[in-house]
Amino acid sequence: MSMRHIISVLMENESGALSRVAGLFSARGYNIESLTVAPTEDGSLSRMTLVTQGSEEIVEQITKQLNKLVDVVKLADISDGTHIERELMLIKLRAQGDSARSEIKRMVDIFRARVIDVSDDTFTVELTGSGDKLDAFIKAVDTGFIMETVRSGATGISRGSKSLQV
Amino acid sequence: MQLSGGEILIQFLKDEGVEFVFGYPGGAVLHIYDALFRQEDVKHILVRHEQGATHAADGYARATGKPGVVLVTSGPGATNAVTGIATAHLDSIPMVVITGQVSTPLIGSDAFQEVDAIGITRPCVKHNFLVKDVKDLATTLKKAFYVATTGRPGPVVVDIPKDVTDPGIKIEYEYPQTVAMRSYHPTVKGHPGQVKKAAELILSARRPMIYSGGGVVLSRASAELTDFVRQLGYPITSTLMGLGAYPSTDQKFLGMLGMHGTYEANMGMHECDVLIAVGARFDDRVTGDTRKFCPNARIIHIDIDPSSISKNIRVDIPIVGDIKDVLNDITAAFKELKQKPDSEALASWWKQLERWRSKQCLKYDRNSDLIKPQYVIEKLYEVTKGEAFVTSDVGQHQMFAAQFYPFDKPNRWINSGGLGTMGFGLPAAIGVQLGHPGADVACVTGEASIQMCIQELSTALQYRTPVKVVNLNNRYMGMVRQWQEFFYDSRYSQSYMDTLPDFIKLAESYGHVGMRIEKPADVEAALREAFAMKDRTVFMDFITDRTENVYPMIVAGKGHNEMHLAPECLMDNPDDRELA
Ligand SMILES: Cc1cc2nc3c(=O)[nH]c(=O)nc-3n(C[C@H](O)[C@H](O)[C@H](O)COP(=O)(O)OP(=O)(O)OC[C@H]3O[C@@H](n4cnc5c(N)ncnc54)[C@H](O)[C@@H]3O)c2cc1C
Ligand SMILES: Cc1ncc(C[n+]2csc(CCOP(=O)(O)OP(=O)(O)O)c2C)c(N)n1
Ligand SMILES: [Mg+2]
Repeated sequence: MSMRHIISVLMENESGALSRVAGLFSARGYNIESLTVAPTEDGSLSRMTLVTQGSEEIVEQITKQLNKLVDVVKLADISDGTHIERELMLIKLRAQGDSARSEIKRMVDIFRARVIDVSDDTFTVELTGSGDKLDAFIKAVDTGFIMETVRSGATGISRGSKSLQV
Repeated sequence: MQLSGGEILIQFLKDEGVEFVFGYPGGAVLHIYDALFRQEDVKHILVRHEQGATHAADGYARATGKPGVVLVTSGPGATNAVTGIATAHLDSIPMVVITGQVSTPLIGSDAFQEVDAIGITRPCVKHNFLVKDVKDLATTLKKAFYVATTGRPGPVVVDIPKDVTDPGIKIEYEYPQTVAMRSYHPTVKGHPGQVKKAAELILSARRPMIYSGGGVVLSRASAELTDFVRQLGYPITSTLMGLGAYPSTDQKFLGMLGMHGTYEANMGMHECDVLIAVGARFDDRVTGDTRKFCPNARIIHIDIDPSSISKNIRVDIPIVGDIKDVLNDITAAFKELKQKPDSEALASWWKQLERWRSKQCLKYDRNSDLIKPQYVIEKLYEVTKGEAFVTSDVGQHQMFAAQFYPFDKPNRWINSGGLGTMGFGLPAAIGVQLGHPGADVACVTGEASIQMCIQELSTALQYRTPVKVVNLNNRYMGMVRQWQEFFYDSRYSQSYMDTLPDFIKLAESYGHVGMRIEKPADVEAALREAFAMKDRTVFMDFITDRTENVYPMIVAGKGHNEMHLAPECLMDNPDDRELA
């Protein structure tokens, strides 16, 4: 059965590291839903979050193949246990006239989002949450309002004292 | 010691104990070649094509167990090396390939002879490094050798921009004795719980089968494997890559398995109840249709690379570790268990295996007026007393060599299994001969394959490597022709060449001895004469039966019990020949 998995990877913060992961996924035909990467508190390490879809067997191969990359220090399939998943979205909305502006503000309140930039005819809204929540927001606002969306892709962390560290 | 980057590279190779560098010069590596010129410890072997350099280094590595080292220039030097890098990668051969690169300020500017060597080689190396600062050169080289030779071995590329080897910039050099890599720790010791479970299952088997592979050669675990088989009395089969790790002339050995494996090995696989896979990766040439693979067996798999395990076939007891250690641990676990193998069940299993063996699946027509390729290999075996190092190219001749030259020692059978690279055989033989100067080295090849790296005959003369080329000349790309005969109604589309060179003259023009052999009666004498010429490269052009096929054969979608068998083999019922 195909399931969604969130794989967190700690890897050497080297220039070629990201292309090794991307190359692995394309060469072996694995599916990537999203991929985010940034340095950690230790600048020599990057943390990557990969969301993928696949059967038990495929995800097992994905984690083995990732572990085999010499730049990968450690990884965990955080969806194996309880975890928190967050994604950031910035969305620019056309906000002309009072009714549109108040309609958008209402949505922002309901979703506990924030307006982070305002101009005469636009609002830019920031929203974090699970991917589903971001999808729901997009659905809730009138498509005619949407000028631009940018999403970070999912990141995640395990609950409790479990942690992915060197 | 104050050294330039070029000097550091050469001094490092010397300190690392590297004997030979196989290479070809060019602009981006001229500083390195200049440093090479001013010393005598590291010997450079000048090939005639960079593909030849990689195969020669690879052959040297396979025959000696030491990493092969290659040095090529940027751009076309690097791209020409790619086929050889991929060949080594698929067979897990330790190799360090140094590619020159344009100077760091020019990288990314489409400079003269610039290619993204790191990008191009990424999918076919174990790892690769770009060195941007001469201060990192020595430690990076140390890491490259460490990664290439440990765990599951493989090729590592080190891309070095020209300014990093600048003779005007000298820095302090000290050989890095140790290497620290937090992200790379291959597992060597097997998990004790898994080892115990495996030991129990092995002893409880009624129809066991040991399936060994190239990992045994790479782990240098022949002695441990041989002990393991002897104490159990179990049958053993091997992949193409594992041949020689267990003595092929021993009665417990059933021959190779898989697509062109023996009847007894493949039937044994199909009927076994416990399969013990040792350093083999369940390749599709071995498994046939995976849904029909070992239908009745519980499977134990020992492999150093976790990603080899349960990749193609789900196994019951995986053990990640080095074969040497794991086999020793399993043997120790046997001693603690009171259990003994069921000798009655084993005896009746052996009876069945011997019945299969008695069909003589490798039988061929010995009364033909034409030279049979199998016969040449049998004679090669006799003349070299089974002691030669045999390299091969890719095709029918490769399978005949694997089937008819029973290797009793590891590291003697040198061929491209995973990538199946035509052109491998001759340069590999040169590398083997450099590693074993006094030994008999034969390159079994075909008239198509040999032409892919024929230019290395020139290298063989320059370095006086007296390899013996055994060309099984069937005037066809025989392996392709065989598939076309079976699956395309004998439409031989482009599987022959209208013109072939006169191989005798060709060999002579390269400064070697050439022989043409056209009659079966002349085969042995020719081989004897050739191998008696200890200091000459001899090219033997055997004109063989062009219609011969490789049997047995498992075609796509079939299981191990569904082989095509040779017309000559002894089936009780003629219908059994087409078990499909
Ligand atoms: C024309 C042609 C026909 C072929 N027909 C056949 C055929 O009929 N039968 C056949 O068998 N092959 C055949 N092959 C070869 C086939 O393609 C594969 O190359 C071969 O089967 C793989 O062998 P292997 O499983 O031993 O793996 P290898 O490629 O040798 O891999 C070795 C395995 O051992 C592991 N390993 C390495 N070092 C260690 C260690 N220290 N400890 C533990 N594990 C280790 C590795 O991780 C890997 O999984 C053919 C090839 C060609 C070109
Ligand atoms: C570089 C490369 N190109 C193509 C192939 C496909 N191929 C496999 S065997 C073969 C024919 C080999 O012919 P020959 O060397 O004469 O050997 P024979 O099969 O006749 O013994 C070909 C073309 C290959 N393995 N390698
Ligand atoms: Mg041929």
